[in-house]
Amino acid sequence: MFDTLKSRIFQGNQFIKDIEQAPMREQFRGLPVLKNSNCDNCGRCEKICPTGALEFNPLRIDMGKCTFCGDCKNVCAKNAINFSNFYKLASSSREGLIIDERTTKELYEKTAIEVKNEIVSMFSRSLKLRQVSAGGCNGCELELNATSNVNFDMGRFGIDFVASPRHADGLVITGPVTKNMAYALEDCFLATPNPKIVILCGACAISGGVFQDSSELNREFFEKHPVDLYIPGCPVHPLTFINGVLGYIRGKKKERK
Amino acid sequence: MNSNWIKIKNNSKISLLDIPILDISDLRIEIISLCRGSVSVENGCINGFRPVGFFGKDWGRGDTRLFVVLSDDKNGVFYVSSALFKAGIREYDSITPEIPAFHIFEREFFEEFGIKPKDHPWLKPLRKNQDDYKFFEMDGEEIHQVAVGPIHAGVIEPGHFRFMCNGETVYHLEIMLGYQHRGVESLMVQRSSNRLAESICGDSVIAYNLAYSRLMETVKGISVSSKAQLIRLLALEMERAAIHIGDLGAIAGDIAYLMGTSVFGATRTLVINTMLEFSGSRFGRGLITLGGVNFDIDDDKIQRAKKTFDKVEKDVCRMVKTMLKNSSVVSRLEKTGTVSTERAAEIGLVGLAARASGLNTDSRFDFPDKYFNILNAERIHLKGTGDVNARFKIRYKEILQSFSIIGKIFDKLKEYEKEPVNCGYEVLSKENAKDVFAISVVEGWRGEVVHIAMTDGTGRLTRYKIKDPSFNNWYGLALAVRNNGVSDFPLCNKSFNLSYCGCDL
Repeated sequence: MFDTLKSRIFQGNQFIKDIEQAPMREQFRGLPVLKNSNCDNCGRCEKICPTGALEFNPLRIDMGKCTFCGDCKNVCAKNAINFSNFYKLASSSREGLIIDERTTKELYEKTAIEVKNEIVSMFSRSLKLRQVSAGGCNGCELELNATSNVNFDMGRFGIDFVASPRHADGLVITGPVTKNMAYALEDCFLATPNPKIVILCGACAISGGVFQDSSELNREFFEKHPVDLYIPGCPVHPLTFINGVLGYIRGKKKERK
Repeated sequence: MNSNWIKIKNNSKISLLDIPILDISDLRIEIISLCRGSVSVENGCINGFRPVGFFGKDWGRGDTRLFVVLSDDKNGVFYVSSALFKAGIREYDSITPEIPAFHIFEREFFEEFGIKPKDHPWLKPLRKNQDDYKFFEMDGEEIHQVAVGPIHAGVIEPGHFRFMCNGETVYHLEIMLGYQHRGVESLMVQRSSNRLAESICGDSVIAYNLAYSRLMETVKGISVSSKAQLIRLLALEMERAAIHIGDLGAIAGDIAYLMGTSVFGATRTLVINTMLEFSGSRFGRGLITLGGVNFDIDDDKIQRAKKTFDKVEKDVCRMVKTMLKNSSVVSRLEKTGTVSTERAAEIGLVGLAARASGLNTDSRFDFPDKYFNILNAERIHLKGTGDVNARFKIRYKEILQSFSIIGKIFDKLKEYEKEPVNCGYEVLSKENAKDVFAISVVEGWRGEVVHIAMTDGTGRLTRYKIKDPSFNNWYGLALAVRNNGVSDFPLCNKSFNLSYCGCDL
């Protein structure tokens, strides 16, 4: 008992108080910063990109495909591509994830998530999610598990992962959706009561990521069902996930009462 | 050794043309005689060889060539041989009844090439055709089935578990996987890259990327600077420590000891955030590249990391000791999910699970490289009782071992301060050697990660074979839960913490 208390005291308070303004280490690769004027069209970046997320002349990055590996930055001799440590990357539209030179973090934060009143009124105080891992690599799953640990403590915002789709208000999908998981995913979606939202988490879920050319995928699910929120990353950082979901169900701080 | 086998060391290549081609019946007899000793154990070492590769390759005109790689752990070499199946030959005598460790390898070979091992006792689908899967069933008045998955209650990967229970007691567990099958091996042949390699198994990013990089460096003939080699080993040990701490937390969570979950969760964050500082990703993605690493680690970062790791080590020690003093914790861990030493050797367990069962395999020590040798690391000696308690304790010991290795690497890094960390971008387009067979084995936190590559006469990659430790160990989990309560399954499962995606590929 005494030892337990001692351990508890040594730990202190671990949780991040202001999740929306949480500091991030500068090394983190978040929102890319592109500079066309530096680019000499050598094409190395496009060639090395493992997922075909990048185009040059003019420079464009599709964050739905990007694995944030930083290889393009490393091969660029002219410093035309950089990654900022801005981590609020979620977007409510697929097109919103495609960024170019004009995208700044202020602009991105303002426009990426379209807040819908009916979503805010239904889910702003409680959102229960069912996660489906559909062929991923366990990276996003580790990070989603981390959202509920003592540091990030997502439960305090009323967002939780639940065990059954019948208890859920929405699905969180990770992985590129393999043939073998397509049926289970569809079943899980149908078992979730309406109204429900669908959140895609990670490059694999959004675009197939590094597995997009595989013949073992079945992405029909996305032709049938609309997606509410795209959260890019490889894997998604817990802060990206929490802020993305919070932004979608609560809106921006200033717009709130 | 006779001319039926060719020897190969870790991280090296041989000419594909030098690999002997035997008749399958001769090869079978050879394999059985070499591996037979693996079912007996002496001082934690298995006496015979064990399989690390048993896979086919399309050999033109409908022929299939079977490659076999056996590991001689005592001498640190691999033995390679092969057999050719002409188009008309569709079956051979199974090796599994003699050497059970081959059972999953033969299932894989059958699924991929349709050549049937006769009298295989457990010839079921592995990754495909799940609709045809027939579960083992038991009859009896009190017997009932419990089906779980593919979507589980927690945030974890998909897999289907079928329990045969008598009341609370599990008589038999059958594990059906394949839900994560993404065709990684064929993708690697089409377009291999470091980024694909690290997405095969997202909890062993460094181990997989390191195995891939070392393998392709061998095939391409690229040499890597000492500094980069050390940074790679550093990342590997950091990954081991981080995941093990997370797993201690998960085990604590499954016995409802929430204090442990919180403390281990918070301390793991410190380790992976240090990884973020080193590489820009919490799991070390983007760190390793062909020819070296992408990021240098300066003295500033080393000092900060040292301080962090000191704190982490203290926190982990304190928490583990507190936990193990608690009798209600120990009563849940001890004698739960036991795999005996003999059974572990027989079914071919590897890595952490094997060490917990008293086998002394660790490819870091069995197949050491120059850089690991200069660190003077020591093997862990633990009385392997094979239960959850042993797997808990071995994790704790390996965390301490990793931190001691990390400390030594930090000291060594100073000696190589001036060296470059990579060979630049041009090295990526260097050509592959022609007609080679190369192997690379890396001890990830779960166990040995085996990558094997083959090229053809033009230097094109024609086969890329991956073996995750989970591939061997899933069967160990199935045996571990026998005669345990079904409610102890989550605990057994977490204590193994096997990979679905690494097995399904």
